[in-house]
Amino acid sequence: MTTESPKQSRRSFLAAGAGVAATVLAKPATAAGNPANQPPNVPDWSKSLGEGVAVRPYGKPSKFEKDVIRRDVEWLTASRESSVSFTPLHELEGIITPNGLCFERHHGGIAEIDPADHRLVIHGLVERPLILSLEELKRYPRVNRIHFMECAANSGMEWRGAQLNGCQFTHGMVHCVQYTGVSLRTLLEEAGVKSNGKWLLVEGADAAAMDRSLPIEKALDDCIIAYKMNGEALYPEQGYPMRLVVPGWQGNLWVKWLRRIKVGDQPWHTREETSKYTDLLPNGKARRFTWVMDAKSVITSPSPQAPIKHGKGFTIISGLAWSGNGKVKRVDVSLDGGRNWRQARLDGPVLDKALTRFYYEFDWNGEPLLLQSRVQDETGYVQPTKVDLRKIRGVNSIYHNNGIQTWHVLANGEVENVEVA
Amino acid sequence: MLKLPRLFAAAALACLINTPLLAGEKPDAKGGPKYNIGRAPTAEEIRGWDIDVRPDGQGLPEGKGTVAQGEKLFMDNCSSCHGEFGEGNGRWPVLAGGKGSLTSDNPVKTVGSYWPYASTVFDYVRHAMPYGNAESLSVDEYYALVAYVLFLNDVITDQNFELSNKNLASIKMPNEQGFYMDDRTTSEKAFWQKDPCMKDCLGPVKITGRAAAIDVTPEDSKEGKPRGVE
Repeated sequence: MTTESPKQSRRSFLAAGAGVAATVLAKPATAAGNPANQPPNVPDWSKSLGEGVAVRPYGKPSKFEKDVIRRDVEWLTASRESSVSFTPLHELEGIITPNGLCFERHHGGIAEIDPADHRLVIHGLVERPLILSLEELKRYPRVNRIHFMECAANSGMEWRGAQLNGCQFTHGMVHCVQYTGVSLRTLLEEAGVKSNGKWLLVEGADAAAMDRSLPIEKALDDCIIAYKMNGEALYPEQGYPMRLVVPGWQGNLWVKWLRRIKVGDQPWHTREETSKYTDLLPNGKARRFTWVMDAKSVITSPSPQAPIKHGKGFTIISGLAWSGNGKVKRVDVSLDGGRNWRQARLDGPVLDKALTRFYYEFDWNGEPLLLQSRVQDETGYVQPTKVDLRKIRGVNSIYHNNGIQTWHVLANGEVENVEVA
Repeated sequence: MLKLPRLFAAAALACLINTPLLAGEKPDAKGGPKYNIGRAPTAEEIRGWDIDVRPDGQGLPEGKGTVAQGEKLFMDNCSSCHGEFGEGNGRWPVLAGGKGSLTSDNPVKTVGSYWPYASTVFDYVRHAMPYGNAESLSVDEYYALVAYVLFLNDVITDQNFELSNKNLASIKMPNEQGFYMDDRTTSEKAFWQKDPCMKDCLGPVKITGRAAAIDVTPEDSKEGKPRGVE
């Protein structure tokens, strides 16, 4: 058996591809860059030694990836300590969000906590109140789960109409991480919830001391007190040393820097579940305790920050789908603003309450497109259009906008955020 | 395997036989601890952190404060962001006004127009305010501040009113009945479908709005006028 060099295999791949679609490579990407570094020349990095091991004790992405960063929208909030930054979804692939790129939502800035001084207290309607250090929490049996986390306000700026030109801004309040931690059920069993214990108050240790009410059924179902994300310690922005994971439910409940759990017999109706995160309808009444994040999808590339640069020809549509009610069953893609749909290909793991990657590959003829994606989850829920959502919810229901997103691809490959009807 | 006393190991094994419990099933509160990791907090430890308050008044600490006392505290600690009358400076939260606006195209959700319970104001302010100096005021000062915020919203109309742990839970907020439990599974039932439409689902499609026309995307403009944002 012969071993092909990378160059050879790439060449044979290109040759095979050219046979499939003769119109590919209208503007070859091989025209870009510095010819002095390209064949037949040999670049410097092929001649001189690079940095040795441990020069970079904690690795970072290549310097050529410096634009792959979280971004905020300055006019959105009064101060950065109570604000949000967005995941650059348009630059990412697969389903796992790198720890440093997970969107941030803080209410009192990032608490920098020495784990030696962090304590978790469990009290209220329990037989045996508990106080735990991080080291003690780590002695409990561990679980590993991959889950998406979405802010209920994700896409909220888009509710009344297309507003921001970028998937990062329209959909970037979502991330997907593998958490390691302790099942909340394990700790509640250890503490012994009394028979009248129906609700939990969960509270953070940051300068906002975020508190929320969580029903006992969910607490005993699949919640986790996590201390690792994607294998390493939680990042401070994500609640180091410990946070609550509430799979499929709005991000605001995933209290970071978790310091206290109190068991009670009624909800607390805290600010974040009354003044905020309630859904105001046309009759002036508001839905409350709208915990579940309904099924949603978005095409991450092409999108306004990720235009098509290669001209017409073989084109990959890449996107994400998820559902707070379970697994993604299917994703359809439309090229004509929702008139006709074709089934996309799910690739990689399809997990419960996790981001799921989909692709639709086609031969673009260079004409303008109105790209949409539409997910159906395993419960049969089909992602609605924004028009259909607004028919029910009116114009003031900012949260839970899971409506279908439309990207207008122009003939030159640029992409803009539009609404269609 | 953990090193456990033999008796306890036997108990743990008994527990293992019973698990896994079904999702939603209540654990047996009287089963006793399984791991014995961690300890019981002291009453003093809990006292320092136990600051939540419920609509029925559970959790209210002993204390009191008047509207007039609250006005002074508000001017010193709050008005730079929220405005002297709770009108909000810049993008800082508006605390008062907005009465009757909830059905309009521009609802103003304030303590008076929207918040269902007075306890929520106390709970929130005691947790998170003053912004940047949270949990720094005395209990009496928090009662006074909440009294002033309720006064700004005409929930309390007497400047001499003294808010306390004895009367806070009896204060009725104008919009208490303005909320109901999430009903999406019934009110939005139409979104559950067997087979989503695949062909000729709509008539001709037209672009009805463009983000570019609004021009508020960060790289393009920082001076744009936002809308629909909390």
